[in-house]
Amino acid sequence: MKRILLQDTSGTLKKELRDFYVALNSHLRDNGLSEKAQVVLVADIGIYNKGIVAKILPEGFVYAGLKNADISLIVDKTIVAGEKVEALAFEKKNCQMRIVLRNCGRIDPESIEDYAAQDGYQGLIAALAMGPEKVIEEMKKAGLRGRGGAGFPTWMKWNITRGVTGDTKYIICNGDEGDPGAYMDRSVLEGDPHSVIEGMMIGGFAIGAGNGVFYIRAEYPLAVERIQKAIDVCRSRGIIGKNIFGSGFDFDIEIRLGAGAFVCGEETALIASIEGLRGYPRPRPPFPSVKGLWGKPTVINNVETLANVSYIFLKGGEAFGRIGIEGSTGTKVFALTGKVKNSGLVEVPMGITLREIVFEVGGGVFQNKAIKAIQTGGPSGGVIPEEHFDTPVGYENLQKLGSIMGSGGMIVLDENDCVVDISKFYLGFCVDESCGKCVPCRIGGTQMLAILRKISEGKGEPEDLVKLNQIAQAMQKASLCGLGQTAANPVLSTMKYFEAEYRAHIVDKKCPSGKCASLVAYSINKERCTACGMCARNCPVNAISGERQSKYTIDMEKCIGCGNCYEVCKFGAVIRQ
Amino acid sequence: MSTVTTKVKAVINGIAVETDQGTTILEAARKVQVNIPTLCKHADLAPSAGCGICIVKAKGNRKMLRACCTPIENGMEITTHDPEIVQTRRTVLELILSNHPTDCLVCGRNNNCELQKICADFGIHDDRFARMLPDLPIDRSTGTIILDPRKCIKCGRCIDACQNMQDVWALSFIDRGFKTRISPAGDIKLAESPCVGCGQCSAHCPTGAIIENDETQKVWELIQNPDNHCVVQIAPAVRVAVGEGFGYPVGTNLTKKLYAILRRLGFKTVFDTNFGADLTIMEEGSEFVERFTKGKGELPLITSCCPAWVDYLEKYYGDMIDLFSTAKSPHEMVGALTKTYYAQQQKLDPAKIKVVSIMPCTAKKHEINRNEDMSSSGYQDVDVSLTTRELIRMIKQAGVNFKDLPDEEADQMLGEYAGAGTIFGATGGVMEAALRTAYFAITGENLTDVNFTAVRGLQGVKETTVNVKGTDVRIAVAHGLKNVKYVMDKVRQAREKKEPLPYHFIEVMACPGGCVGGGGQPYMVTDDIRRQRAKGLYDEDAGLKIRCSHENAHVQKLYKDFLEKPLSHKSHELLHTKYVARPLYIK
Repeated sequence: MKRILLQDTSGTLKKELRDFYVALNSHLRDNGLSEKAQVVLVADIGIYNKGIVAKILPEGFVYAGLKNADISLIVDKTIVAGEKVEALAFEKKNCQMRIVLRNCGRIDPESIEDYAAQDGYQGLIAALAMGPEKVIEEMKKAGLRGRGGAGFPTWMKWNITRGVTGDTKYIICNGDEGDPGAYMDRSVLEGDPHSVIEGMMIGGFAIGAGNGVFYIRAEYPLAVERIQKAIDVCRSRGIIGKNIFGSGFDFDIEIRLGAGAFVCGEETALIASIEGLRGYPRPRPPFPSVKGLWGKPTVINNVETLANVSYIFLKGGEAFGRIGIEGSTGTKVFALTGKVKNSGLVEVPMGITLREIVFEVGGGVFQNKAIKAIQTGGPSGGVIPEEHFDTPVGYENLQKLGSIMGSGGMIVLDENDCVVDISKFYLGFCVDESCGKCVPCRIGGTQMLAILRKISEGKGEPEDLVKLNQIAQAMQKASLCGLGQTAANPVLSTMKYFEAEYRAHIVDKKCPSGKCASLVAYSINKERCTACGMCARNCPVNAISGERQSKYTIDMEKCIGCGNCYEVCKFGAVIRQ
Repeated sequence: MSTVTTKVKAVINGIAVETDQGTTILEAARKVQVNIPTLCKHADLAPSAGCGICIVKAKGNRKMLRACCTPIENGMEITTHDPEIVQTRRTVLELILSNHPTDCLVCGRNNNCELQKICADFGIHDDRFARMLPDLPIDRSTGTIILDPRKCIKCGRCIDACQNMQDVWALSFIDRGFKTRISPAGDIKLAESPCVGCGQCSAHCPTGAIIENDETQKVWELIQNPDNHCVVQIAPAVRVAVGEGFGYPVGTNLTKKLYAILRRLGFKTVFDTNFGADLTIMEEGSEFVERFTKGKGELPLITSCCPAWVDYLEKYYGDMIDLFSTAKSPHEMVGALTKTYYAQQQKLDPAKIKVVSIMPCTAKKHEINRNEDMSSSGYQDVDVSLTTRELIRMIKQAGVNFKDLPDEEADQMLGEYAGAGTIFGATGGVMEAALRTAYFAITGENLTDVNFTAVRGLQGVKETTVNVKGTDVRIAVAHGLKNVKYVMDKVRQAREKKEPLPYHFIEVMACPGGCVGGGGQPYMVTDDIRRQRAKGLYDEDAGLKIRCSHENAHVQKLYKDFLEKPLSHKSHELLHTKYVARPLYIK
C-alpha cells in the first residue's frame, strides 16, 4: 500500500487543503483504490509557500502547488502506475553543505573516540607525512581564505610566517567571536572542538610553531570547557606533546580568555590582550607574522578557518577547491536571523545566491512581508537590497556591493525595518566597542551616532548627510585598525541604497517604515475598531483606553511609538502616520 | 639578520628618495623637503599611531598608511598631499576639536600648543561638528603637575613617557572608546599614585592636559611686595635651555643674561644653584670618602640631588635608604644658607627673605616642603620653585628685550661656581664633579686631567671603574628611571647574597639626559636636543679656570666663616636630610 503524505503546516486543515483532502479521498474511494493508497496528514514535509504539498511513499516523489484538478493525474500515474508526474514534481535543492559543522550535533563533542570515528586526526596524520611545504601547497590548492572577516588567503599567511626565521613561533586560534548575532565559532568550539585543535596543529606544523594558543572570550564558558577537555585528552593520548605520531613534531596548546572587548578580535589587540596589556591595536607593520605574540612570528586563524583545515587534509585540497566559486572556495557558515522564517546557523557552499539563502534555506520572509534588504558582515558590513539578491556569495562579490562576508552574520530586513535605525544599531555597537586609541574611530563614530540619533528624532538637516559622509570617509581612511576602518560601512551602504529613506527622515520628517518612534503617530480609526481590546492589552505604557463594546483611543502624550498596537490589530483600525 | 644597512629607493610626490631601510615614510619625506603633518607623534617617543593625521597614499595600496610608523619600502610611490588626503586630515582635526575645549586664551599652553598650531596651519575656522566635551574633574592633588583630562587628545605620549621611558606607571588610559581618558590606574588621585613628579608627561604633552603647576603669579606677588627681599637662583640646566623660548640656537648658554633679566624682573639678589652644586660635592664627596676609605657607612653611596629619584627610591627601594647620600639637593642648600649665612652677613631678617628657585624640574615643586629638613633655616628654605617654562613666561611678561640685555654677574657669597657645579645639569655630571673632588680628598692631590668622559653621554646606564692611585672605584651612572632597575637590582642582589658590591658610587637622575632633559624644560625635547644642551654645559666647564668644587674660593670661605668643615654639625643641620620608606599601595 502506498502512502500519500499531505503537508498541513498549521495543523488547522485550511479550506483549500481540506477540499483537496476530501476530493483525493473521494477519488480513491470512487476508483476502488482505498486499499491501494492511504492519505495521511503530516505537519511538515519541509517545503513552504508552495501551495499544497504532497509526498508519495515509498517512491518519495514530492509534488507541490497541487490543485484538485491534478488529483486524477496523480492517482493514475503514480498510485496506479508508479510513475512520476514530472509536471508536478518539486525538486527541493539541498542548498546546505556541512563541512565546518560536519560533526556538530552528530558526535559527542567530549568524546575523542566519536571524533576519531569520523576520521578525526587523520588529516593531521596526513599533513605530518607531507611535510610543511606540501601542507602549504595543499592549502594553496584548497584556496581557503580566512573566515574571520578579512578573507586573507590562509596558505599565504602560513607561508609568510613559515619564511620568517625564529626558533619560537605561535599559532593562535581567534575565538573572540563578537559580531552581534554571530555564533558559528561558538557552535564549532562547543560542538566539535577536536576539529579546531586538529586544524591548529596542522597550521602549527606548517609554520614551524610549537605553541598554540586558544583565545576564547570568557562569555563562552562551555566552549572553554570543551576545548580544555579536548586538549587534556589529546595530551593524555599523545596527540599533543612531544614527537606527535612519531613525526618529530612537538606541539602544545594553552587557552587564554578574552574579557569581552570586541576589538580584541583584531589581531594586534588580541596579542596585546594575551600579553596582559590593554587591548589596543598597534600599527602594522610589523605584522604579527613577523613580530606577534611576545615579539615572535605568529599566525592568527579564526575558529571556522581551522575547522576547515582539518577537513581539507582529510579530503584533499583539490576536492575542497572544487567547492564554491573562483576566489571563494569551500563553504561559509552564516548566522541567518532577522525577519526570516527559518533562522539559525546555515552552512552553504560559496557561490550560492543570496536569494537562495534567504528563500530556500531560510524559507523566506517571516509573515510573508516584503523583503527590503539583507545585512551581511555584522557591524563591519553593509546592507544589500533585493535587486542584488542573485549575486553569488563570495568575498569580492559582497565587497563590490558595499558589504563584506565578515564573520558571517546575515540579517534579513523587511518593510518594517528602518535603515536609519539599523545604522544606529550597528554604529552604536562599534561606538561602544571602540578601544578609543585613534581619533577617527573614537570621536568619528560618536559624532556619526549623534547625527543619526538627530535624524531619527526628526531633527536632521540636509547638511547632516554631508557630514555623515565626510566622517565616514575619514574613519575608513584614517582609522588604525579594522574596527574603525569598517565601522561606518553600515551607514555608508544604507546611504548608498536607501538615500531616499534618509531624506524622508530629514526633509519630510517621516520614517517610511514606521520604526522611528519620534516620527510616527498612531491613532485608531473608529469605523474599523471592533473594540476587541487587543491594542490596549499590548500597550506597554497603558496609553490606550476604552471599554469593551465601545471604541478605543490612544493618548499621544503617553504613547512611546512602539507600534505594538499597530502590529496586533487584526482589523487595520490602528493607523500609523 | 644582516647588520649591513640596506638602502631603499622610493618616490615621494614624484621626487626620488634614497634612504636607509627602516626609515619611516615621515622621515624619508623630510629628506626631500616634504613635511607631512603630524600631531600625536613626538620625535622623542615611539609612534602611537593614534591621531591619523599623517596618513599618506602608497600606489597600489588600498588603504592609506600612517607615515609616522610605516617604514618606506623599495619602489614605493607615495603621495602625501592630494584633495582626498587633505580633506581626511581636516575632518580628523575637526573631530579632535569637537572633543577639545576651545578656551585657548585662558589655557596654559596658549601659543605653545601643538593642537592649536596645527589647527591654525590647516586654517580651521569653523566648529562644524557638535561639541562633545566630557565633564571631568581636574586633578590638582600633587601641587607639581595639573592633570586636566578634558584637554587630553589621547595621543598617549604621557603614558609612553610615564610607563616606558620612566617605568613609573602612574598614568594609564582608563575606560574605553569615547570615554577613554588619562588617569592613574584605578582612577585614584595623582598624589596617591606612583607618580614621582618627574614631569616627563608634562614635557611631552601636546596640549594643556598635563601642565606644571604654574606658580608665576605667586612669584610676581612675592617680588611686588616691598617688605620682601627676593632672592633667586638658577639651576645648571636652565641656562642652556631657556634660550629655546627666545629663538636662540639649542644649547646656548645664557647664564649672564639670565642674571641680568632676573634683576630686571625685580629680584634683589641673584644667586646660582651651581654654587650649591659645588657645596653638594663637598658634602656628598666627603660622605663618599668617609664611607669608602674609613668604612663609616654603607656602600655604594647613591646620589640624592634629584627629587623625583628620591621619591622613587622611597617608594620602590625603601630597603636601600641607608645607601642614600644625606646631602640635600643644591638649591635646597642655597635656600638654607640664604636664610642663615647670607641673612646674617647682610643683616637681613630671614623672615622677609623669599627664595625662588628656577629649576628644569617639576619635582622640585614638591621637594621644597617634602619634610621638616626643608625648613632648616627656621623658615621654608626655598619658597617657590619654578620651571624653566614658567621663567620663560615671566620673562615674556616682563616687557624686557631679553636678547639685547647686557650680561651681568651673579651676587657674591652664593653665586660663584666651579666647572664641576655647572655640569650637574647633565647625566654623569654629579659623578664627574664628585670624582674630581674625591680624588683630591683621598689622595691629597689634584687630577691632571679632570675630564671623566666615560660618564658623559646618553647611554642609559654607564658603568666604569676609576683608578684612584691604585684603588679601583667602581661607579655607575643611570638616567631615565627605567634604567634604575638594572643598577639597583644588582646592588640589592649583592647585598642579599653578601656578594662583593658591584659599585662604590652611583649617580641617578630621574630624567633621560639628566636635568638638561628635565620635566620642566622647554617642549619638544629629543636626544639631539639633550646632547646640545649638555654640550652647552660641558663647554662652559671646559672654559672655566676653576673646575673642581673644592677649589671654589667662595665655598672655601663659607666653610671657614660659617660651616667649619664638610659634615660638621652645622652642615648636618642645614645641608642634610633623611628619607622614609613609603611603599606603594600599602596602608
